[in-house]
Amino acid sequence: MDGSASALPPLIVTAPIAGACVLLLLGRIAPRRLIDALALVTALATAILAGWLLAATGSGAVVTWAGGWHPGPRFAVGIVLVADRMGAAMVLLIAVLATTALLFGWRYFDTVRAHYPALLLLFTAGMAGYALTGDLFDMFVFFELMSVAAYALTGLEIEEPEAVQGGLNFAVVNSLGAYLCLFGIGLLYARTGQLGLPQLSLALSQRGPDALVFIAFGLIATGWLVKAAAVPFHFWLADAHAVAPTTVCVLFSGAMAPLGVYGVARVYWAVFDTVLPAAGVHRMMLVLAVCTALLGTVMCVLQRHIKRLLAYSTIAHIGLFLLGLAALTPEGVAASAVYLAGHAAVKGALFLMAGILLSRYRSLDEVRLYGRARQHRVVGAAFVLGGLMLSGIPLSGTGFGKSLLEESAHSVPLTVLVIAVSALTGAAVLRVGLRVFFGVGRPPEPAAEADETTGAHETPDADTPPGRIPVTMLAAVFALLSAGVLSGLPGRFGREVAAAAAQFCDRIGYRDRALSGAVPVQSAPDLTWTLHGTILGLVSAGAAVVLALLGIHHRNMLGDNNSRPAAVIAVRHGLHRLHSGHIGDYAAWLVFGCAAVIGLLWVG
Amino acid sequence: MSVFPYLVAAWVLLMGLFGVVRSRHLVHTVVCVSVTQSSTYVLLLAVGYQKKATAPIFGQADPPGSPVVDPVVQAMALTDIVVSATVSALLLALVIQVAKRHGTVVPDELHALRG
Repeated sequence: MDGSASALPPLIVTAPIAGACVLLLLGRIAPRRLIDALALVTALATAILAGWLLAATGSGAVVTWAGGWHPGPRFAVGIVLVADRMGAAMVLLIAVLATTALLFGWRYFDTVRAHYPALLLLFTAGMAGYALTGDLFDMFVFFELMSVAAYALTGLEIEEPEAVQGGLNFAVVNSLGAYLCLFGIGLLYARTGQLGLPQLSLALSQRGPDALVFIAFGLIATGWLVKAAAVPFHFWLADAHAVAPTTVCVLFSGAMAPLGVYGVARVYWAVFDTVLPAAGVHRMMLVLAVCTALLGTVMCVLQRHIKRLLAYSTIAHIGLFLLGLAALTPEGVAASAVYLAGHAAVKGALFLMAGILLSRYRSLDEVRLYGRARQHRVVGAAFVLGGLMLSGIPLSGTGFGKSLLEESAHSVPLTVLVIAVSALTGAAVLRVGLRVFFGVGRPPEPAAEADETTGAHETPDADTPPGRIPVTMLAAVFALLSAGVLSGLPGRFGREVAAAAAQFCDRIGYRDRALSGAVPVQSAPDLTWTLHGTILGLVSAGAAVVLALLGIHHRNMLGDNNSRPAAVIAVRHGLHRLHSGHIGDYAAWLVFGCAAVIGLLWVG
Repeated sequence: MSVFPYLVAAWVLLMGLFGVVRSRHLVHTVVCVSVTQSSTYVLLLAVGYQKKATAPIFGQADPPGSPVVDPVVQAMALTDIVVSATVSALLLALVIQVAKRHGTVVPDELHALRG
C-alpha cells in the first residue's frame, strides 16, 4: 500500500478535532452561518476522507503505527490504527450521519453558539477513532472521548429538567461501564504485557483460557455492551434519546449504540476468538440478543412519547444485530452489518421527522399530536415509508439485513423472533405516522399513567419560523431515506459487505496484516436477495400494517385499562416501573448484567 | 508480587458500585463514580510494580538495564486520571443543573423520566 493511504486513519480522527477547536475559537466572533458552514465542511471533508479510506482498504487493511513506532525485537511499544473494510465502512457511516445531522441543523437551531457543532465534531472524532484503533487502551480512551461529548450533547439544553436528568443517567451508567472495561483491560495487560489487539491475540493464543481471560473478556464486553444498550444495560438509552437534540439522536441511534456491538465483535474476533470456547460466547450473545430484542420491542409498542418509542425500537434492533453476531460466522456478521447500515439510515430519517414535529407543534406525544400534522403530507408519507422499511419490506436496507439474518440464524424460532421484532417495531412507527400525519382512527383518549413519560409539552430545540419546512431539513430526511433504499438493492453492496465480513472474522489475518502487512486470501459468502427472504419480508411488512391498524382501531395499546385483563395491566405497569429513571436502579442492573455476562461465558 | 493489591482494587471497585446503587445524594453518586475509577489506578499500578525497582528514568544512578517499574501502566493511569477529571467535572456540572431545575439532589425524588 502506498504512503498516502496510511496517513488517512490519523487524519480522519484529527480533522474533526481540529475543526472543533477552530469553531470554538471563532464561536464568539464569527456569524452563525459561517460557524455552521465550517462545521458542515469539516464533516463533509471527514466523510470524503472516510470514503477514500474505504476505497484504499479494498486491497488490504490500511495500518498506521503512530509516530513510526513499530514493535520489534528490541521493544514492544507501539500504538496502531488498523483500518480494515468494516472499520472504514463504519467510519464512513459515522461521518455521513454527522454531515446529515449538521445539514438538518442548518435551519433548526436558533440560539446555540458554536458549542453544538464543536461537540458534534468531537463526538464524530471519538467514534471514528474507536472504530479504527487497533489498541485496546486506545479503544477505552476513544470510548471516553465520544462518551464525554455525548453526555454534553445530551444535556445541551441545560434549562430543561428532563435534559439534565437524562444526561446525568447516561453519564453515570456509561462511566461505570467504561471503568469495568478498563479493569478488564488492566487484567489482560497484567497477563500478557500487551495492549495492541494483534499482539494480544498472539500472546493469549499461546496458553489456554483460564479464569482471568474469562473475567477480562466479560468486563470488556460489559463496557462495550453498555454503550450498545443491550438488556440489562439499556436503561440510559431511552432517557438520553428522549432529551437529546433530535439531530444528536440520529448519531446516537445510527452510530453510537451500534458501535458498542461493533466493539464487542472487534475485540472478540481480533483477540479472543482463538482463546475462548465458542459455545460460551455464543450462549452469552444469544441470551443477551433475545432479551434485548424482546424487551425493546415490548417497550417500543407501549410508548406514546415519539422519541422514546424510536429509542426503544433502536434497542430492539440492537438485539437483532447481536443475534447476527451470535452465529459467530462471517454470514452472521455480514447480516448484522447490512442491517446496521439500513437501520442507521431509516432510524436517522425517522428521528429527523420527529424533530420536524417537535419544532412545529411543541410536543412529542402521539396522543396530543393526533391528526395535527395533516398538512405535511410529504413528511407523513416519508414517515410511513420509514415505518414500512423498519418492518423489513423488500428492497430496503433493513429488509435486506433482516432476510440475511434469518438465513444466518438457521433456526425457526429465531426466524420467528426476527419477524416478530421487525413487524412490531415497524407497526409502532406506522401507528404513530398514520395517527399524527393522517388522523386515521378515532382520536385516542388514554389517561397517562403515573409511571410514564408522555412528552406532551416539550420545548423545541429552536423556534423555526412558521410556514414551509426548510429545504435543508427535507433534504436531510430524504437523503437518509434514499440511502436506506439504496443499501437494499441487490448488487455490489452485498458483495462488498460479504468480503468485509469475511475479512473481519479472519483472526489470523487481522494479526498478520497489522504486524507484517501480509494480506491473506479469504473466501466471502454470497449475499443476495432470495425468494425466501423476499416472501418473509413481505409477510413482516404486511403484519406490521395489520398490527398498526389493529393498534389504532382496537383501542388497545394506549386505550383505557378497564377493558383489559388484570395480568396485562400488571405486566405493563411493571415494565414502566422497571424503567424508573433512578440512577441507583440502573447501576444495580449494570452490576447484575456484568455478572450475568461473565457467568454465561463461563458456565458449561 | 502479592495478590493483596488486586484484592484491594476489586474491593474498591465493588464499594464504588455499591455506593452508586445506594446513593441518596447526587454529589455522593458522583464521588462514588470517582471511587469506582480509583480502583483502576490501584489495579494498573499494582500490575506495573516490581520489588526493589526504581522509577523508569535511566541516568547515572540507574544505568539502562537496571530494574524499573513498568512505565506503560503509569502512562495509562495518568490518562485515566485526565479522563476522570473530565467526567467528574461534567457530572458535577450536571448535578448543579439538576439541583437548579428539579430543586432536589435526591435520586429518589427525580421523576422527569420514566417508563
